[in-house]
Amino acid sequence: MTPLFSVNNITKYYGSQIGCAGASFDIYPGEVLGIVGESGSGKSTLLNCISDQLSFDEGHIFFDMQDRGFCNLANLTEPERRMLSRTDMAFVHQNPRDGLRMTVSAGGNIGERLMNTGARHYGNIRTAAAEWMERVELAAGRIDDRPSTFSGGMQQRLQIARNLVTAPRLIFMDEPTGGLDVSVQAKLLDLLRGLVQQLGLAVVVVTHDLAVVRMLADRMMVMQKGHVVETGLADQVLDDPQHPYTQLLVSSVLQV
Amino acid sequence: MTTHSEIHDDLSFEDSYNFAYLDEQTKRMIRRALLKAVAIPGYQVPFASREMPMPYGWGTGGVQVTAACLVPDDCVKVIDQGADDTTNAVSIRSFFERTAGVATTEKTTDASLIQTRHRIPETPLTEDQILVYQVPIPEPLRFLEPRETETRKMHALTEYGLMHVKLYEDISQHGHIATSYAYPVKVDDRYIMDPSPIPKFDNPKMDDCPALQLFGAGREQRIYAIPPYSKVKSLDFDDYPFSQLRAPETCAICGADDSYLDEMIIDDDGGRMFVCSDTDFCASRQNEQGFEPAEVAS
Ligand SMILES: Nc1ncnc2c1ncn2[C@@H]1O[C@H](COP(=O)(O)OP(=O)(O)O)[C@@H](O)[C@H]1O
Ligand SMILES: [Mg+2]
Repeated sequence: MTPLFSVNNITKYYGSQIGCAGASFDIYPGEVLGIVGESGSGKSTLLNCISDQLSFDEGHIFFDMQDRGFCNLANLTEPERRMLSRTDMAFVHQNPRDGLRMTVSAGGNIGERLMNTGARHYGNIRTAAAEWMERVELAAGRIDDRPSTFSGGMQQRLQIARNLVTAPRLIFMDEPTGGLDVSVQAKLLDLLRGLVQQLGLAVVVVTHDLAVVRMLADRMMVMQKGHVVETGLADQVLDDPQHPYTQLLVSSVLQV
Repeated sequence: MTTHSEIHDDLSFEDSYNFAYLDEQTKRMIRRALLKAVAIPGYQVPFASREMPMPYGWGTGGVQVTAACLVPDDCVKVIDQGADDTTNAVSIRSFFERTAGVATTEKTTDASLIQTRHRIPETPLTEDQILVYQVPIPEPLRFLEPRETETRKMHALTEYGLMHVKLYEDISQHGHIATSYAYPVKVDDRYIMDPSPIPKFDNPKMDDCPALQLFGAGREQRIYAIPPYSKVKSLDFDDYPFSQLRAPETCAICGADDSYLDEMIIDDDGGRMFVCSDTDFCASRQNEQGFEPAEVAS
């Protein structure tokens, strides 16, 4: 079986400072990879590089495309890459404001990716938007409300619906529960886990919160100062961390 | 040493301007932008807009495009909201009378170049005519995506879903596409374009039009064009097709039932009447019918 997504030796410098160095991993369809590490360890840098939002200095990224098979993304034209990032791939930002259009209604936010890919039937777009609102447990009656009238947790669910509406196969998430209250975080994680399982989504989720990894991830990768220091099955790494830095991370979370 | 009075003696008022006010180098620069705009229908070409002796918002973009197109035997018509006699139209017309010495007219059929704000004349245009639009905001994607770097990319890659998001919002809020001015169009199956704040009633006139249509945005420094006989399609949804909007009335003066009408309040009791917004069209219909406009106007 070929991986859905393959990351090979990705390296990014900010001037002379390392953002991330030599990161490699494969993801298979339906698999969830958690990337953990303390603040400044290079998680967001890596995620932005592999999701085509940040240029990098070294490395290659491959994706198993629907129409042409396993392919180096550097060989795609910019329109092809942008199309990919709004159809088969998606990105959920930590701050919903970065991933939503705050002046556009919930329905318009969900419908945008459909309209971007050629949908021109208002009734169908609206039906799809209403269905997706219900799937992320938002009242469909709020379809014409702007996200600015939603709570933080609702905005995050709207951002997820907006991304999932084109049935992507790979989703990137940067601290998806980051800015939320603990009780709201737990509900959102439940919802995410359900969707990931139902839809067979592959996910790369970046977090400093090991509870997110424990709940969502099949495999995990630990980063420190831009380098990957440990990878493995999430349960194994959490129960039996090998690298001293991972041991420190795991023990500090267990004390909380 | 030259004194002030010597300068005044040397130059008559008209001679103190280059033909059509702009210097030749500036006109060449604008013509290059116009050629590029015609070659890429609907594409916004940047140009180095000059200071004009009138404030932005008074059509400085249109005036510069007109100045770059004029030749001495042109006949210029200027309309503002369909009328030739508003302050804006009158002052632009007299500007070109003084700086270019060209003939001017109020008759659409006599004009070789028409500069317009907010309307397309009702009388069909011909291959011998140029229509110059004054444009306040050239970028149709601006209101949803303020970043110019991003809107340029959207145009370059034909990523126009956002334009339909705007129409989606219209329908969800009003039950129909409520945008009635500056209604976005796709030109030549490629670029999405803001037709300037004309009523959407006028949109179909842009399609397959024999005249050359030029658009100038002074403050925003953009020029774009629709070459003659180009395809111009108003955006819509399959289940909410584009429709022309017109008050279901006839003109109280000339009786036209197919022209764009302005609503006028005629007395203190809220009495209203509808009249053609295109004053030349209305006047020529009155002449044909032998109406006496003075009687009606009282
Ligand atoms: N735009 C930037 N310019 C310069 N340095 C940056 C920039 N973004 C991140 N960095 C640096 O790169 C390193 C990794 O940052 P980041 O990827 O944001 O880590 P994390 O997401 O794990 O908190 C940090 O040292 C950070 O200061
Ligand atoms: Mg981060």
